[in-house]
This record gives sequence, structure tokens and C-alpha cells, in this order.
Amino acid sequence: MAPTLIAGVGATDFGEHAGRTGRELFAEARSSALEESAVPPSDVDALYYGNYMGETAENQSHQAPLMAAGIGTTGLEATRVENACASGGYAVADGVRAIESGQADVVLVGGLERMTNLETGETTAALARAADELHEGRPGLTFPGAYALLADAYMDRFGGTREDLAHVAVKNHANAATNPNAQFREEIDVEDVLEAPAVADPLGLLDACPISDGAAAAVLVSRAYAERNELEAAVAITGSGRGTETLSLQERVDMTRTRAAESAAQAAYDRAGVDPGDVDVAEVHDCFTIAEVLALEALGLYEPGEAITAAREGETTADGEVPVNLSGGLKAKGHPVGATGVGQLVELTKLLAGTHPNADAVADAEVGVTHNAGGTVATAAVHVLEVQS
Amino acid sequence: MNVETVRETGYDAWLDALEAGEGYFLRDGGRATVPPAVTGGDDLEFEPLPETGAVRSKTVIRVPHPDFGADAPYAIAIGDFGPVTLTGQVAGIDPEDVETGLAVVPTVRECETSGKRFVAFRPAGEVGDE
Repeated sequence: MAPTLIAGVGATDFGEHAGRTGRELFAEARSSALEESAVPPSDVDALYYGNYMGETAENQSHQAPLMAAGIGTTGLEATRVENACASGGYAVADGVRAIESGQADVVLVGGLERMTNLETGETTAALARAADELHEGRPGLTFPGAYALLADAYMDRFGGTREDLAHVAVKNHANAATNPNAQFREEIDVEDVLEAPAVADPLGLLDACPISDGAAAAVLVSRAYAERNELEAAVAITGSGRGTETLSLQERVDMTRTRAAESAAQAAYDRAGVDPGDVDVAEVHDCFTIAEVLALEALGLYEPGEAITAAREGETTADGEVPVNLSGGLKAKGHPVGATGVGQLVELTKLLAGTHPNADAVADAEVGVTHNAGGTVATAAVHVLEVQS
Repeated sequence: MNVETVRETGYDAWLDALEAGEGYFLRDGGRATVPPAVTGGDDLEFEPLPETGAVRSKTVIRVPHPDFGADAPYAIAIGDFGPVTLTGQVAGIDPEDVETGLAVVPTVRECETSGKRFVAFRPAGEVGDE
């Protein structure tokens, strides 16, 4: 199977874009990806577009034709993908499948979320809808609360402390400080995290990602198309995997593991013909500090119960063995929900191509993975990216 | 032709039973679950829900769900009741005193903001539980 080449990537800054519409933000990301790719917009065969809460934020469903309109291809196939915070990752996976099946030569994948225009309560309610409404929403479980339950179960079984988790936040803020697209560019220390207001025990405000606006896009092409058109692509997607698990936490046999991500990772590794030991760099879904720990174990980079100290020990920092979230991650780069999975692809592509401001940390990297999770990892999409020689 | 039977068991009927102290769970072959559940067979059995369960995981919510804006802080727990597990808001105890292993009784409460009913837990051993 020939790999799917990443011909161009683009994104807005992640953060607060007061007064800008979603369609305006997506157009910016889409245009910059198309421009970098040098692919004529008329060659695009399909758009796969991730968005989670457009109904709440902009009173707008049915966004795919809206986002496809500016590409300029009459009748273009376009689909909105919704899998909560994994919407973007699933949009990427749909694009890869379209190319691998031979049905498309050029696909635009993207995602967008507009969030900061809502009141905090509205955003809290919108995010809570990604959980099981009857079993979790009705008793008043919030999104941070659900991850707090995962953290509690993990620490009850394996140990670990709030300080261990704080090191994840400190690391990702440090990485974001040198990423001009990131929302939080101030470094923090462990004390800052521990002293931040509590949100849902044991998680505090600085264990959580921010509420963000932003859009991201990428142009994916088949190898045959690239050869015909003499396109250069430094990085390819060599493996794509998706998985699911029960929506509610109560139905899970083991709350210390995220099996949707384990399934997705296994599928992606198998497709790429790599194993976790080959991974040089990772962008993972750290909506909360505990989520990065669970992600590293699901990806097989650590055994169950062992990733909790990874950041503290310096194993996943910029100068560590396998740097994780060199972009700043969701935690500090920002988390515009529907854009996040594509944003990870944008960041990792630049890191592997050597065009990212933090790329020096992984100058010799050949293999990277993205890990994008929906809700409490009831859905997950994992992609393996490899440098093309 | 073998036509698969699909039916959904009602969540509200289950809450009614729980509220009346007649809680149950469903067993479909070897698998135990609580409504709403979709089953593929006719051999669905109703079994009594254990009267008490044990907290498996818990958190104190400090930034509340909008439906419970005036109630923070409040505790949410996941509790094991024999072969099934429930999620509930814990009442009748200081939220910070909810510990893993705490014995709890399932009950039903109604949200003052939304008017919707939800599963709640209270510590076992209170007056009226014996």
C-alpha cells in the first residue's frame, strides 16, 4: 500500500478569535494548506471536516457545504465528521481511507471550532453532551469530572501524585512557549499547577486545557498524483487506525485503560508496519494532564501504570528520549475541539519536516504518532507519520 | 429467515423501580447491564439490584454542571453493585468524605433546574436502610 502523502498543512493560531466567524477561520487554514501544497483547488476530490459544537456556538448545523464553498469546485463531495474531540482525527482517517481505496487522489481534511464566544456555562454544558446523557450528564458529571474519575481510578490502582500530573502541564507549557501558534505561551512551574483553583478533584485549572477557537487543514494526496504532478512531500501518513469503547465510564471493565486508543494504535501500527519502539515523537490528546498519561500507555510507549512519572523523569520533555507534545499539546497550544485532531497532524508534519520552531528537539526523528480522543476516549484516532526519503 | 429481535428497555421505568426500592438489572446471556439497554435476544432476564454497592471511583465537582450550579461542591461516584456499575451524585455526606470502598445505597433524585430525574447515592447504614 503506497502511503498517503501530506502535500500541505495550514492552521490559524489557536486561542481567542473574538469577532471572527467559523467559516472565516476555516478559510484561513484551508487557504494556507492549499497554498503550501501547490495543489490547484480544482483538483480536490473531497473535503472531510471535523466540527463538534457548531449548533451551540454559531447556531449552524450542516457545515460541510459552507466550508467546501470557498474551495471553488462545483459539486465537491464534502462531509462533516462529528466524534466529539476526535472529530478532526476521524476526518483525517476518512481522508486517508478515501486515498488508500483509490477513490480519491486529493483530499482536503480539516476541522474547526468556535468556542470563546460562549459563556463558560454554555461551553461546560456543550462539552458534557459528549458524555452519556442518561448515566453521566443527568447526575451532574462534567467533562473535567469524568477525567477526574479516570485519574482517581488510575492513582488508586497504580499510585502517582498530583505533582506527577503537574509535570505534564509544566512540560507542555514550556513547549508552547516557543510555538507562535499556541494559546498559552507562558511557562509555569509545579507550584502554579498545585495552587490553581480546583475544578474536579484531583484536577485543577492548570491540569486542564483552555477553551479555544481555531481551525486546521491539510492536503492529502496519493503517491501517483504526486508523481504525475511532480509534487514534493516530506512526510507521509503510513498508518491510520480508529477505535471505540463504551460511551459511559460505568460500562468499562477497567477504567485505568483506554481501549479505544489501544485499538486505534494497534491498527495504525499494523498498517504502517512499525511498533511502539520505533516512535521518535508524539502529539497526544492531553485535554487534561491525566489524559496524556493514559495516551502514552494506550500507544504502547509505556506499560500500564508506568507513564505517570514520564514527564517528571524528563523522558517526554523536549530533551527526553521521546518528546511528547512539542507543540504544547491541547494543554497549552489550545483545544478548538473539532480542529484538534487535524492540528496535531499539522504540528507533527512540521516537526518531522524540520519546519516547526521546536523541530530541533527531534532533528533525527523518522517516525511520529498522533493520538486524538473523543470524550473520555470513547472514540480515538491514531495516525503514524513517517519522513519520506 | 432468522430475524433478530431488538428492543430497548426503558430508562424511566427503571428509575421508577429504583425509586420504589425495587431496583433491577438486566442479564442477557452472561452479560449484566442496566437500562436503557438494547438486546438482541428474547432471553432477557430481570434480576434484583443489590441493595448496597461500593464506590469504585469518585471526584468532588467544584466547577459545576450548569444544571447543578447552586450545588457545588458535590461528589460524583461510580459504584459497583454486584455485576453492574452505576454513576451517581452522592448525597447525605460531606463530598470530601466520599472514599473508595464506601458502601452506598442507590436512590433517585430530581434536578431542581432541569426537572430531570437522576441516579443518586447515599451512604449505607443511615436510618431506614436496615
